[in-house]
Amino acid sequence: MTEMGTATGTEAVTLTVNGECRAVARGTTLAGLLASLDLDPRMIVVEHNREILRDRTTFADLELAEGDTLELVHFVGGG
Amino acid sequence: MATTSLPALDTPFTIADREFRSRLMIGTGKYASNEQMVRAIEASGAEVITVSVRRVNLDRSSEEGILHHLDPSRYFLLSNTAGCYTAEEAIRYARLARAAGFNEWVKLEVIGDQETLLPDVAGLLEATKVLVAEGFKVMAYTNEDLITALRLEDAGAVAVMPLASPIGSGLGMLNPFAIRTIKHRSSVPIIVDAGVGTASDACVVMEQGVDGILMNTGIAAARDPVRMAVAMRQAVDAGRLAYLAGRMPRREIAVPSSPTTGMLD
Repeated sequence: MTEMGTATGTEAVTLTVNGECRAVARGTTLAGLLASLDLDPRMIVVEHNREILRDRTTFADLELAEGDTLELVHFVGGG
Repeated sequence: MATTSLPALDTPFTIADREFRSRLMIGTGKYASNEQMVRAIEASGAEVITVSVRRVNLDRSSEEGILHHLDPSRYFLLSNTAGCYTAEEAIRYARLARAAGFNEWVKLEVIGDQETLLPDVAGLLEATKVLVAEGFKVMAYTNEDLITALRLEDAGAVAVMPLASPIGSGLGMLNPFAIRTIKHRSSVPIIVDAGVGTASDACVVMEQGVDGILMNTGIAAARDPVRMAVAMRQAVDAGRLAYLAGRMPRREIAVPSSPTTGMLD
């Protein structure tokens, strides 16, 4: 796994994750990204280019592309 | 034989065909620590617990996600759309919450004003219609306006949640007449949401005949949230039973409680 933020040049794709720019190695899957962020897919919900991914089994096959926008959300305390 | 236990004395509390065991619903925000939140929730006896959808902090040093601290099999997680200022935004948050996979319920908030946090009722009605059509069970946070409450019911909301007073204000119930009128005229459960500051506020709200109360700051911002959670639980029960029991008529003159006959010369 390429460390987040260090992938550069033609081997990298640039994403927007929770509003922040992040570069990942070309070929990185959504499951790979979540693992590199130490996130348990069962604890979060992913919105990929404004589309909610309701089936977590697709994460391993979803290869991230240049310009993709991801929102990774979870439940926090609220009233 | 009739017993004097609370379930035997109360009527079932049902929203959209689902029966809940507590009329007190509580929020999970603003606690000093997760440990304190968990203890307060347990002490409250609440089954329905509200949560919010927010971005994961990618540079987190500790787990902020509430599922790391609360067992979702023990509670009914009711996601809110707090912080949303348009119908579109609230719909997006509701969909994200549903994708978490717990249930299709939402406590719908569309806020219209930052200072008062009063609802944008036009946006609320619009979002209610969209979400109901998508199969959501919508509990709609609204002001204490009867007409809006009736429109929300018409739009398919499974419960209407009028405020006692503004969110986080702790001012108690400002308009008991309006709350009673909404309860009297509605066919869906009425859950008063927001503004309850202490146990007596909760008791008086329940005495109006409403079906339940949702609160957060009243417990979380108490000096001792665990004690206040117990107080709120008892106040909700007391107010509910007093409502069902039917209070004595008010009189402006004294009436003796003891016999006026049989007095000594």
